[in-house]
Amino acid sequence: MSILSVIVAVLLLLGVFFFIIGAVGIVRFPDFYSRLHAAGKCDALATALSLMAIALFNIRDFDWALFQSWDNLRVSLKIVLIILFVYVASPAATHAITKAAFIVGIEPWEKRKRNR
Amino acid sequence: MNTVFLIAALGLLVSTAIAMVRVVGGPTVLDRIVGVNVVGAQTTILLILIGYLFDNISMFLDIAIAYAMLNFILAIGVTKFFLRRKSARGGGGGEEH
Amino acid sequence: MARLVTFFIMLFFWVLISGMFDAFHMTVGALCCLLVTIFSHDLLFYGRPDLSWLRDIGKIMGYFPWLFCQIFLASLEIAYIALHPRMLDIIDPRLVRFRTRLRNTLSRVTLAQSITLTPGTITVNMAGNEFTVYALTQHAAEGLPGEMEERIARALEGD
Repeated sequence: MSILSVIVAVLLLLGVFFFIIGAVGIVRFPDFYSRLHAAGKCDALATALSLMAIALFNIRDFDWALFQSWDNLRVSLKIVLIILFVYVASPAATHAITKAAFIVGIEPWEKRKRNR
Repeated sequence: MNTVFLIAALGLLVSTAIAMVRVVGGPTVLDRIVGVNVVGAQTTILLILIGYLFDNISMFLDIAIAYAMLNFILAIGVTKFFLRRKSARGGGGGEEH
Repeated sequence: MARLVTFFIMLFFWVLISGMFDAFHMTVGALCCLLVTIFSHDLLFYGRPDLSWLRDIGKIMGYFPWLFCQIFLASLEIAYIALHPRMLDIIDPRLVRFRTRLRNTLSRVTLAQSITLTPGTITVNMAGNEFTVYALTQHAAEGLPGEMEERIARALEGD
């Protein structure tokens, strides 16, 4: 059990923890707009943490002489590419959904209405 | 290390099951889209973990990239599609209201 | 110049995705990259034929670690809210409007994406220099635009 595998395990389980929190969040929050907050966290943080863990684990024994480890480095770069794509695409998707909800006319939940 | 991946994959399955509650029972169509988006993000990770467990990472990684892109296109496309429908406002699919 | 840079970026992506280094695959890749370069060399450097685009990417890279820390802290806060048994007493959703002093389009888009990426706040609309943001709690609403705007201004606009 090297120190790298400990880091990988902690990152991966933290990512899964945030995924579960995000899923609980979209079930528990009271209205559509606050559910988007939970979903956005799920996409942004949990995906990045878990993918980083896998990319780190993939280059665990990197050796400059071996072709195989260069191929592993390429696979890790591809995983980083997924992270970058998610970070560009997920806010755009959230923005599109929010705007659609405003145009369709879904009412936001507000504290004042509840207290009245 | 395989054990950790297996535990993580099981945790992802649990969270997918929780998110499915919103997909099945969401009051509006847009709620369901958000739920499907979250399930898609979890599936991307799950595919890569499956690739590790089956020792075939480079093949499953390509599928995962395609899935991440599909997830984005799905959100944009379905949102555009339902923008012109009255049924997005309320009720289940709009048939009963 | 723009065509050459586009071609090499495309070729880098081809090698990254395909991972096959025999003659056939490299030739096909080079041909595809050439076609894409001929057809759409003006898309990657839209409106700016020089290389300042690449310099901006380099500057944004310095901004990412701070953004990631912010996302992590805000996520912990949302996780606390989502797991709290009396959640409805804590959250207080509201719409916030503010004007930004960022001038060019790239930095405005970066600000909008960063606000959406940070849990607790979502950019609803961006018209001109006026942002409409939907915040989940009062605490999240008070933090806008604040330090995020300053850091983007420093990273992208050189003030």
